[in-house]
Order: sequence, then C-alpha cells, then structure tokens
Amino acid sequence: MTATDTLPEAAAAPRKAGQYVYAASVALLCAWVIVPLYLLLINTLSSPETVNSFPKSFIPEFDLGSLQFFAGFEGMLVALKNSVVVAAMTMVLSITIGAPAGYALSRFDFRGKELFRLLILLTRAFPLPLLALPLAVLFIRTGLDDTAFGLALVHTTLAIPFAVLITFSLFSGIPVELEEAAWTLGCTRYTAFTKVVLPLILPGITASAIFAFVISWNEVFAAAVLTIENRTLTAFLLQTLGEAPLHLKFAGGFILVVPALIFIFAVRKYLFAMWGIANR
Amino acid sequence: MTLRLNLAGAVSGLAVLCTGVAAQAEVLFWSTQARPVEEAQAMRENVLAGFADGVDYQPNEEGPWLTRLQAEIQAGSGSIGVLGALEGNFAAIDPETLVDLDELGVKSTSDTYNSLAMLGTDSMQFLPWMQASYIMAANKEALQYLPEGADIDALTYDQLIEWAANVHEGVGQPKFGFPAGPKGLKHRFFQGYLYPSFTNGVVRTFASPEAVTAWQKFLELWEHTNPASTNFSFMQEQLLSGDAWIVFDHTSRLAQAFNDRPDDFVAFPAPAGPTGRGFMPVLAGIAIPSTAPDMDAAKELVKYLMQPETQIATLRATNFFPVVEAELPDDMPPSVKAAGAAVAKMSASPDANPGMLPSGLGEKSGDFSRIYVDTFERIVLAGQPIEQVLEDQKKQLMAIMEETGAPCWAPDAPSDGACPVE
Amino acid sequence: MSPRILPYLLILPVTLFLCLFFLYPFALVAQQAFSNGAGFTLDNFRDVVTYWKFPISLQNTLLLAAAVVPVQLALALLMATMVSRMERGRDLVLYVWTIPLGISDLAAGIIWLAIFEQSGFLNSMMTGLGLVDQPVNLLSYQNPGMVFLAIALAEIWRATAIMLVIIVAGIGLIPKEYYEAAEVFGASPWKRFLRITLPLLRPSLQTALILRVVLAFEVFAVVAALGGTLFPVLMGEIYAYQFDLQNGRAAAALALIVLAISIAFTLVILRVLRVPKGATI
Repeated sequence: MTATDTLPEAAAAPRKAGQYVYAASVALLCAWVIVPLYLLLINTLSSPETVNSFPKSFIPEFDLGSLQFFAGFEGMLVALKNSVVVAAMTMVLSITIGAPAGYALSRFDFRGKELFRLLILLTRAFPLPLLALPLAVLFIRTGLDDTAFGLALVHTTLAIPFAVLITFSLFSGIPVELEEAAWTLGCTRYTAFTKVVLPLILPGITASAIFAFVISWNEVFAAAVLTIENRTLTAFLLQTLGEAPLHLKFAGGFILVVPALIFIFAVRKYLFAMWGIANR
Repeated sequence: MTLRLNLAGAVSGLAVLCTGVAAQAEVLFWSTQARPVEEAQAMRENVLAGFADGVDYQPNEEGPWLTRLQAEIQAGSGSIGVLGALEGNFAAIDPETLVDLDELGVKSTSDTYNSLAMLGTDSMQFLPWMQASYIMAANKEALQYLPEGADIDALTYDQLIEWAANVHEGVGQPKFGFPAGPKGLKHRFFQGYLYPSFTNGVVRTFASPEAVTAWQKFLELWEHTNPASTNFSFMQEQLLSGDAWIVFDHTSRLAQAFNDRPDDFVAFPAPAGPTGRGFMPVLAGIAIPSTAPDMDAAKELVKYLMQPETQIATLRATNFFPVVEAELPDDMPPSVKAAGAAVAKMSASPDANPGMLPSGLGEKSGDFSRIYVDTFERIVLAGQPIEQVLEDQKKQLMAIMEETGAPCWAPDAPSDGACPVE
Repeated sequence: MSPRILPYLLILPVTLFLCLFFLYPFALVAQQAFSNGAGFTLDNFRDVVTYWKFPISLQNTLLLAAAVVPVQLALALLMATMVSRMERGRDLVLYVWTIPLGISDLAAGIIWLAIFEQSGFLNSMMTGLGLVDQPVNLLSYQNPGMVFLAIALAEIWRATAIMLVIIVAGIGLIPKEYYEAAEVFGASPWKRFLRITLPLLRPSLQTALILRVVLAFEVFAVVAALGGTLFPVLMGEIYAYQFDLQNGRAAAALALIVLAISIAFTLVILRVLRVPKGATI
C-alpha cells in the first residue's frame, strides 16, 4: 500500500493493468465458489417438472413446493436444535481439549512427541463407520447412547485433529521470544500465555472452532447410529438424501447447507479479525 | 483453568438437559425400506398413524441400520422395537437374535415366502411384510420404434434389442436405461431375469455355453444403452428427465414417473429368452430383535402391519404389494395400477419362468450378488472376454456355495446338498 | 511447574480422550483384521489385496490425491496472498471463499452431479451457446478422463477452503515489517512470496498438507455421486466390504492398509516441511 505512492510514474500503467487482472481473478474465484451454489438454489426453487426438464433455466422460478414439503416435517425444529447443541458441544470440547496439546507440540520437545502426532492423525485416517459398532456398544452399556453429549464426544474425536494441528501451527507462528520477553518482564508462564499469546491466536482458535462446528454439523453416520430420540437434523431427514426424488434431493441439500453458511457468516468477524492484529 | 472448568460444567449440564427430553412411549420401527423422504413421510402419516401406541418410524441406509442393530444385540439391550428390511438383510442376521413369531398366528399367503422367513430354522424368524418385482417401463415416444410385429406385453430379448437399436438410430442417442449405478439393483437383473431367461438356472448354469450367449445378448443391448447408466440407480429419474426411454427397474423405483406423469409412460413385462420369461420377486419382511424394549407393543405393531387395511395403506405409501389377502380398491395411484398390471401379465404369460430369491446363503448373500456385479463390470465395462471371466468368477461362486452348503433354488434344478456350479 | 512434566500434562486430556473414544474401538476393529474367527491370520489382507478391483481403486485414490492436492495448495496460496493485499471487501471475499467449508460431501456430490449429468447445467449451457447440438453424455465409461476431471473439479471446489483458512491464519501471523523491509530493498512481489511468505508459513503449510492428504484418501461421497461405479476408490471398497458383504474382517484389513498409506505420506510431509521448535522468526 505504501509502496505504490513512492513508485515512479512510468510504472503506473502496467500497475494499472495488473490491478485489473487482480480484480478479475478475485471475481473469477468468487464466481467459481458461488455459481455451483447458485445452481443448487435454482434447483431448490424449481418445481419437480422443471428439475427434470432440459435444457435447464439459469433463472430460478421461485416455486417453494420442495421447501414446503420439508417445512411440513414434524420434529424439524427439535432436530435442528439437537444439531446445534451437538455442534456447539463439539466446538467447546475440541478446543478445550485440543488447544493445550497444540501448545505443547509447538513449544516443547518431549519423548513420544512423534508418536503423539501420529495418534492424532490416525483418528482422521481411519473410517468412522467401522468404529461406530464398538462405540455404539460402549455407549449403550454406559448410558451415553442417544444423548447429545454422547454424539458430541464422537464428533469431538473427529474434530480434535483439526483443533490440535491448527492450534499447533498457530502457536508455532508466534515467536517463542515473545513469551520469553514476557517472562523477563515478570509474567509467569501462565500469565504470559493468557496476556500475550492467547490474544494473538484467538482468531485462529475461532478457525478451528468453525471446523469443529462444521464437522459435527455434516456428520451423518455416527449421528444415525447413535441417536434415536435426540436425532440431529442430518440424521433425521438428510441421511437418505441420495435416494430422494431429485427435487427433494436439492431442497434437502439446500437445507443442509444454509445453516452452516449462516454460522460461518456469523463468526467470520472473529475468523478474520487476525488481520487487524497482524497489521498493528 | 477456571474458564475450562466452567465450560466443562456447562457441557455436562447441557448433556443432562438433553437426556431428560426423551420420551420412551413409542415403538421404534427401524427400517431399510421406504427410505426416500416422501415414502417415509407417507409411512408415518398414512400407515403408522393408525397404530394406537404410536410409532417412531426411522428409515436408514443399510450401513447405519445394521450397525445399530448389531450394537444393540452385542450390548444386550436396546431401543429398536420392530425391524423392517429386505429378506436378504435378515438372511445375514443370526436367527438366534430374532424373536420367533409363530405365536402371532399371522402369515403371508405364499408358502414359499413363509418358508424363506424361517431362515433355515423351523419357526418364523421374520414375517413376510410386502412384495414387489422388477418390470420394464418406457416413454410413450419410444413406442413408435417398436419392431414390426412385436407385442409390448410379450417381448423377447431379441425384440428388445432391436427396439432399443431402432430408438438409438431414430433419435441418435442410446435410450435404453439400466440401473447400474452404485445403488442400482443390477444384480437382480442378472440373477432373476437374464440367467433364467437364457439358461434356466442361476448357479448351476453360471458358466454354461448358454450363459455365454446371455452375456453376448446383453452386450448387444448395452450398445444401445445410455452409457451414463453406471450412474443410474433409480430409473424413474431418467424416465422423467428423458435421459432414458426404455428402462428396467424395481417397481417402487419407477413409481414416481407414473405418479408424476401417468399419461407419458407405459409399464410392461420383462422380456423372454430361449428358456422363458425369467422374473423374480422382491420380498421385504418385519421382525422383532430379542432386545426389543417393549415386546408386547412390538408384537402388536407387527400384527397391525399385517392387517389387510394396513397392507393396502402400505402399498399406497411404498408401492410394495400386500402379502396377505387384500381387496385392492379402485382408487389406487397410477404407479400401483401400472406396475400391478405389468406384474400380473408377467406372471400369467405362457412362458413365465419365475425365479426365487437366493436362499440359504446367510451372511454370504452380499458376496453372492457381488459375483454377478463383478461379472457384469468385467465383461461389459472392462471389455474382458466372456468365457474367461465366467471361468474365473465360477471358482468364487463355487467356493461360496460350498461354504454355505445352500441347496439350489428355482429355476435351478433341485440339488442334494450344496448347489453345484456346472 | 516443571517444564519436563508440563508438556505431558498438556497432552494428557487429548490422550485420555482419544484412548477412550478412538484407540479402544480402533483396537477392537484392528484386531478383527488379523483374525479368522479362531486365530491369527493374514488371509483377510490377502483376500482384500488380490481382489481384482483393489489395484484399480488404489490407483484411482492415489491419482486423485496427486491431481487434487497440489492444485488445492496452489489455489489456496494464491487466494491467501490475494486476500492479504486486498484493501476493501476483504471480509466479504474471504467469507465467499470459505463457504465450501460448510458444505458436506453429500451435498457437494448432489450439486456437482446437477452440473455434469446429461440433462444438467453444463449441457444446458453448451446447447444454449450452440457449442453442441444435443446434450453430451459427460459421465460415461467411454469418457474416463472426463469422469476423472469432474470428480477432481468437485473435490477442488469442496475442499480447498480447508487449506485456505489454515494458510490465511498462518499468513496473518507473519509480521508486516518483514514485507516492508523487503520492499525497501526492492524485492519483487514474487521474491517476497518465495523468501518471506513460504518459509515463514511452513508450520501452516505442513498442517494444511497433512490434513488434506489424509482426507484425500478418504474421498467417497463425491466420487460415488459423480463416478458411480466407474471410479472405484479405496474408501468405497471398505464400505462395500463392511455393509454390502458384511465382511467386517476384510473391511478392517483394507482400512488398515489405507491407514498405513496415510501414515507413510504424513511422515514424508513431516520430514520435508520440518518445523523447528518454537519456529524461527
């Protein structure tokens, strides 16, 4: 930003062309993300006949029939609430459990560190549907079965690698000298952490919290197996999305996507507030 | 540290709140059938609403369905009251874990179904619940291309191939549609239709010269088949979108096309080959796991489902036909009328060659079907030589038959002991 | 607190948690892979590996990861650097780019199938523009390249945001002073990117790559939606063993093979992008 002012006049023209290319590529990348979603919206707002017709129109016709079908479902709101509760618990659990480990990985050399990292990764590299059977047996025996908390525990297992590894890379990005400086200025390890390090990585923590939320929100298999009365939205009506008639498939997909988008939108401020910090 | 403790407290508090909400009065009906949301909704509102104690109808894909069931059985307690699934799903479950249902005194009208339901024991492990079959359907636009002299209700495989070829030539695109997608029921076409029609068998004749002919014919048909068929699992979608004009599929997977646009499509029997018009039923059953929390309510629900009125309501909801005596009213949905007529014509045809569902395979029924799917993928998609593939797959088929000791079923000639692959 | 005990104390909660909810069920499942009901055996592995589809699905999985992950990395880096020099609308652009984070693979499969299927949006557009006379069948077995491309595009669309967020967070921690100093010395933007951003971003790059590669071996829903039966991948085979064939032992054996591959790749990435203790700035 400051550099442009000091540049000689002659360089301004290519600079300008560069600006256009830059703006165009930003717009292109935005379109790349949004257009498929827009197409989903079109199909969601189309009557069953239009969804099956060819060629497809690129303008939605605002037929709310498919959405109304889902609105007529009993228990949608309860399921929505369950989904939110489970996702929120997953978020809190994965951060409180995961972040300390991320800190330990970035700041200390200890025996078994590599083994520990591999353990963390193993959880993501082994398919959950295979683990669901022993987990469900365990849960039924301990009474965790069919509780939002029980499901949140499983979702936390899925989210923890993200929490640990993201916080690890964030802590690694903060110079250890910064903390050491704080110690020499009279902080204990604990206060140095809370006063110096924590504010710096708070936005990054939000990022991994978002991961946790979204992972839990979109998880179908464990939710279908482990919840009966307290089922989540995905388990309640969207797990068999693949087999619904086309128009309902699209509407269902849309219903699944929207709350997650709203959530990301709501927390985007925290996610990207780090720019302010870095610019200080 | 205090912050973390507070959070942990909050979390466990929430957990307590959430467990408190559950009400345990309803019978949990855990089903792999009527999964598509509209069918599930119809089951809840039009079929099960009439049951006094209340039913929590939860359809699931087979993965979660089975996992949950196994977990409850292993844990020795559970919440599932009644199970609904295809006959094949039950075959893979240990009969010990299902409650004997003889004492209910209800049965289907078909003795074959009732004996299948015993799962090799001497009492009913599940009750036949509802039935369907596979038929053909076509867009009326395709009818003009029917070969000269062909009767749509008595087609042969040769005529079908010719018809598909005419359409291909006429519109410039292959318009035959076959459910070869990941969730498509292609294996049933080979087991119940192609093999019986060409070889009068399924297992014995697996690698016979007639089987080679059957696969050659199928390859001819495949030339006029929409190549996107490997993505098709519910042919009603392609009928409606026009991607396919002539299709084969499960009656309930064609229903939406007839219900949405009843005037645009026709349903007709499967074609006939040298050894008759092979076809096969689909049977779904209901059972009670030994871990059901409220055994009496579960048994009541099973009885309720077997009543003729409930069976007719189920037919409207799912397009699966009753297995008990039930007088069908006149106002059935178009899909039911079309499919019902086609199935009736198919079974009444002079060259009918009805096959049975594979039985006695137990937990190997999945492997059994995989043999046929693999054969299809290797011959048709990978273009491997027919004889060699059949010889190769034959060994695995033999291994399965020997391991399970399953005797032959129709149309294969009966066997003493395990059904031999000749 | 002693610095020797502290790290163990910090990783204790995760370790306990994972032991209970991951290692315990994992051990039960993994044990199955080596058993035939009676005793120890390697038969399950042999069965799984000798199945004719195994080499195909292994190859497909690796090819897909090899095609998708580098593109995603490049794209995420490009997006992140673009965002970092943006003055207005940064929040909005970043939000838009992170949207796919919230989209499950199930929904992504549905969306992209609507685009690529024969009566889908892409064909509608091509016929509308007069590029083709009638809809082309894009996802057929005669067109394996196209099927692969469609799957790769859908995966790139769906999963780039994961890397983007991690990398954006990492770039945010690089002090602006480094760039200002570099500019004073006349370093070109490209040079600044190579000499400052990339090296200082190493921890984030490592994390992003590891997570992405591990997840790339788990692709299933999108592939099944677009590729149907044409593009078997390892994860699909695992599900087929577990649920269609109800052969838990074979499923466990195959899952262990996938796990081993994931670990091998992880170790390679860890080695190549090693992060020194406390990082260097």
